[in-house]
Amino acid sequence: MASGERDVSEVALKGASAPAAVSASRAAVLRRLRLTDTIFHGLTRGASLAVLALLSGVIIALIYGAAPALSTFGFGFLFDESWNPVTERFGALAPIFGTLVTSFIAMVIAVPVGLMVAFFLTELCPKVLRRPIGIAIELLAGIPSIIYGIWGLFVFAPFLQQYVQPFFIDTFANVPILSTLFAGPPYGIGMFTAGLILAIMVLPFVTSISRDVFDAVPPVLKEAAYGVGCTTWEVFRYVVLPFTRVGVIGGFMLGLGRALGETMAVTFVIGNAHHVSASLFAPGTTISASIANEFTEAVGDLYTSSLVALGLILFFITFIVLAIARYMLMRLQRQGGK
Amino acid sequence: MATTASKTAALDSPLYAGRRRRNAIAKGMALAATIFGLGWLVLILGVLLYKGIGGLSLSVFTENTPPPGAAGGLLNAIMGSIVMTVLAVVIGTPIGVLAGTYLAEYGRHDKLSSVVRFINDILLSAPSIVIGLFVYEILVAPMGHFSGWAGAVALAVIVIPVVVRTTEDMLNLVPDTLREAAASIGLPRAHMIVRIAYRAAQAGIVTGILLAVARISGETAPLLFTALNNQFFSMDMNAPMPSLPVVIFQFALSPYAEWQKLAWTGALLITVTVLGLSILARSLTSARKS
Repeated sequence: MASGERDVSEVALKGASAPAAVSASRAAVLRRLRLTDTIFHGLTRGASLAVLALLSGVIIALIYGAAPALSTFGFGFLFDESWNPVTERFGALAPIFGTLVTSFIAMVIAVPVGLMVAFFLTELCPKVLRRPIGIAIELLAGIPSIIYGIWGLFVFAPFLQQYVQPFFIDTFANVPILSTLFAGPPYGIGMFTAGLILAIMVLPFVTSISRDVFDAVPPVLKEAAYGVGCTTWEVFRYVVLPFTRVGVIGGFMLGLGRALGETMAVTFVIGNAHHVSASLFAPGTTISASIANEFTEAVGDLYTSSLVALGLILFFITFIVLAIARYMLMRLQRQGGK
Repeated sequence: MATTASKTAALDSPLYAGRRRRNAIAKGMALAATIFGLGWLVLILGVLLYKGIGGLSLSVFTENTPPPGAAGGLLNAIMGSIVMTVLAVVIGTPIGVLAGTYLAEYGRHDKLSSVVRFINDILLSAPSIVIGLFVYEILVAPMGHFSGWAGAVALAVIVIPVVVRTTEDMLNLVPDTLREAAASIGLPRAHMIVRIAYRAAQAGIVTGILLAVARISGETAPLLFTALNNQFFSMDMNAPMPSLPVVIFQFALSPYAEWQKLAWTGALLITVTVLGLSILARSLTSARKS
């Protein structure tokens, strides 16, 4: 590229003395420039096509790997609770159930807490503290999931087992529905614990996206609401939230996408039991935890293929959730751009 | 006088008192939620320091992972992680930067770009274990064995969308007047991008790469069945390769006290690395802004 530039200046200098030679060499330089331009364009275009190929590759590879299991079990795979490597009978019901339940627990906790943190950061927090607290919350998102896992297994689960779970079991022993939800011996590990840890992991996602969209609310709207005498909470509840609804839901969906696919943190504390159990305190499994726990030990093609089929289902679910999230956030951007 | 009287009457009315109470409760809950969120960070980092720092010694960096019941270090795991991370960045960064360049420079508004942008965002948050399965199917299964290459490729697949995204965002921040100025003196587009736009967006693109490194240095799931693990020191990319996260996973779930202690030390090392990288990345961009 440096040589290209020198050539241009040489051409310009020579221009005065030899016009015919100039036009020839100038044409050569221009040709070369055009060639590098085309090559670079092609390279960047190729790279962006490679991104497309990557996703298609993932889908094709998963379908290819899952094909034996899916053709053996058919649609029943989705609704079968059994998971028996000895008789080679596999069903995805328990992992799907565990994935949905743990993610649900995570969202039930992370959404209100995340919204309130974002409310605090945008409306209440002193300016000096805003950035440090925001960064601290985002660091929570930066901690690798395996750290959550090891912490959950050795610190959080024993704590829950000793103090929190017995309390829940005793308190709700005589309440009709809750007694089933919080039944059984407190194992410490199980769907409840996994859901709580996921909540902590999802919290920063919900918070940072909510904060960003809250910050994008035009000040005039808020000032008008304050002008007619609204309290801070009322401004947030009736002006900021409705205005940013689409973006906030997009943020939830991104968080949900993370909760659904989270592997290591869950694998440590879920207990890896292929059962559908009404009690949240019972050990269970999720799609990602089953794959992480069993894939390298899976003997036989059907076993491996069933695990890949689980991965395909997970990818399908998260794809839909993430697509909705992106659509919502894109809609918000377009709204803001008007 | 009359207005003041009516004003105080309004202020004392039950309706206003109720609104004020709700406001106070909401503010209190917001503060509590923030403390709750920050509490977890303190708690996790505190436990990590407490449990991990005891095992931190020189032998962690000079000895290989021990057999059960013996003392040892994490040298092979650390080296494996470094080698695979570097390779993943070497493979993933050029593709990511070029694709990001296309999105921001050549195809800012065309159909292909909006599709690629959408797909890239999906890849960005796709479950990493699925990436592991993908690489297992395309590399491990055909080759017939686990390998360091497969691990590096799996990590590269995670690097690409991160770099694409930040490259595009950072190039979009470069003012168009710079591009126009370059075009007006007859600089071809490729030269304009490489010599003007890249230079202006340099710090941002480096930030993106650092963030990608931070992300993959803690990744475990995609390595479990691509690079697998190795008890010994190995630089053979065609053989199973140990990595810090996978060793932590294996050691933490083992019943041996020495292994668990090493797992905590490893966890501390990873966290310090990852958080250090993301803080470094952040300071790079904020220094540029100010």
